Amino acid sequence: MRSYLRRGRVTFGLCCRAGEFILALGPLGTIEPRADRNAKLSMRRTVLHDEHIALGARMAPFGGFEMPIQYTGILAEHHAVRSAAAVFDVCHMGEFRIQGETALADLENLLSCDVASLEPGRCRYGFLCTEDGGVLDDQIVYRLGTDEFMMVVNAGTQDRDFAWICEHLSPASRALNVSAETAKLDLQGPSSVRILNRLLDEPIEALRYFHFRQAMFEREPILVSRTGYTGEIGFELYCSADLAPRLWRACLESDAAPAGLGARDTLRLEMGYPLHGHELSRERNAAEAGMDWALSRSKTFIGATAVRTPDAVKERLVGLVLEGRRSARSGQVVIDATGVPVGRVTSGSFAPSLKVAVAMAYVRTDLTGPGQVLGIDAGRHRLTARVTETPFYRLGSARRPFREFLV
Amino acid sequence: MNKTPTDRLYLESHEWVRIEGDLAVVGITDHAQDALGDITYVELPEVGQRLTQGSECGSIESVKAASDLFSPLSGTVGEINPELEDAPEIINEDPYGKGWMFKLRDLDAGETGALLDAAAYEKLVEEEA
Repeated sequence: MRSYLRRGRVTFGLCCRAGEFILALGPLGTIEPRADRNAKLSMRRTVLHDEHIALGARMAPFGGFEMPIQYTGILAEHHAVRSAAAVFDVCHMGEFRIQGETALADLENLLSCDVASLEPGRCRYGFLCTEDGGVLDDQIVYRLGTDEFMMVVNAGTQDRDFAWICEHLSPASRALNVSAETAKLDLQGPSSVRILNRLLDEPIEALRYFHFRQAMFEREPILVSRTGYTGEIGFELYCSADLAPRLWRACLESDAAPAGLGARDTLRLEMGYPLHGHELSRERNAAEAGMDWALSRSKTFIGATAVRTPDAVKERLVGLVLEGRRSARSGQVVIDATGVPVGRVTSGSFAPSLKVAVAMAYVRTDLTGPGQVLGIDAGRHRLTARVTETPFYRLGSARRPFREFLV
Repeated sequence: MNKTPTDRLYLESHEWVRIEGDLAVVGITDHAQDALGDITYVELPEVGQRLTQGSECGSIESVKAASDLFSPLSGTVGEINPELEDAPEIINEDPYGKGWMFKLRDLDAGETGALLDAAAYEKLVEEEA
């Protein structure tokens, strides 16, 4: 398989701390997102930085990168993905190549999901766990060939992840950090199929969920993955950094709206998808996230014993629907009817497609049944919330047949 | 950006107030709505509530930010904008008009001296940028 990834070389890149773009509660006088000026000096930029500035994007630090948070507005960009299509610059994310005759065995050891059952052309979501069951990162592993894999990880954790992977590789395996030369654009929404086919040199007639393939754009190879973080049908497009500005502009010219990390966050939250650093962390046992499908039962892996320990689950990740439009925010304490702390909010926002605020929280397991009423201590206010199964938004098109979107 | 209207006065915390006879109409500035982004929730003071100048009297949330609201003048809340409960985006669309937030009565005329005029407010915004 000819691939732009062949030009990979071992790179470690700069070390930057994970960013956070949610602004703090304060008086109107302090609402301007004032990024730490010293932090800004060490901030990395994606290859599309100039495109964002030209579009008038509002930029903020995230995962060690200066990233677009919004262009026209978070709500408009959110609705564009649900009803039409939008494109996200997610070049900040990390891509690794892992190859060699022991690569499969090494990945089975490193990842919580099954890898051996993946055929070339398929990809799978799973965790990189520590021995004690904490989540170093969440990732998607792509099987490119029998002994050849790509792993896609979060921006702020990529250097730590790469070091961890290298520490656990067999001598016959090789890992390459190809993040710097690999661009990633997410084209998402019901119109994304038509837009993609307008861009490609030869249109794609079918591609199933969590499958990927090579395609040609302007006679250059790109990797098209039918995956995403929005709940809508769409693609994660990987290409060389050199090609990315042309691909980005071609998406916009084909009527994909540019969308920033603000909409990316509201879209993923409506689906109940976790964000590392919020719902998943090194300090919390992976079993508590309740994503059992990402934890293989049929193999051993680093952290397997810890996540399978019967008393591993003390709190469980739940979805909460709030009473109105007022949002709970990450870090707020969840309380029971008597005001006793029983958990903590990990993410919260107004959900634009549901017109109500939703949140995710870790809550004591005996209070996690659907319909359970809980309180949230929001400073001067106490919010009321109800435990709800995720996804909050149930009309997403992500799993619908590809052919429905061709016409 | 809309031009800062000269028919009203401003607080440094980005609220505006326009005197209409015995009443004072209060809202937030175009700069404030732009900085907050899409507004998703507004908490207003209650009708009949007595506010003092500069006191906290509500809050505004957008998708990514939350912010307190301060009263530009002392007075009694006579009316609140009922449209904002279900459609707070009106503040983004028309911050100086349909996006007004509440009206005060029983005003203290001497207090306006502590507020900024349009030119002074614009200068403040420029300095903050």
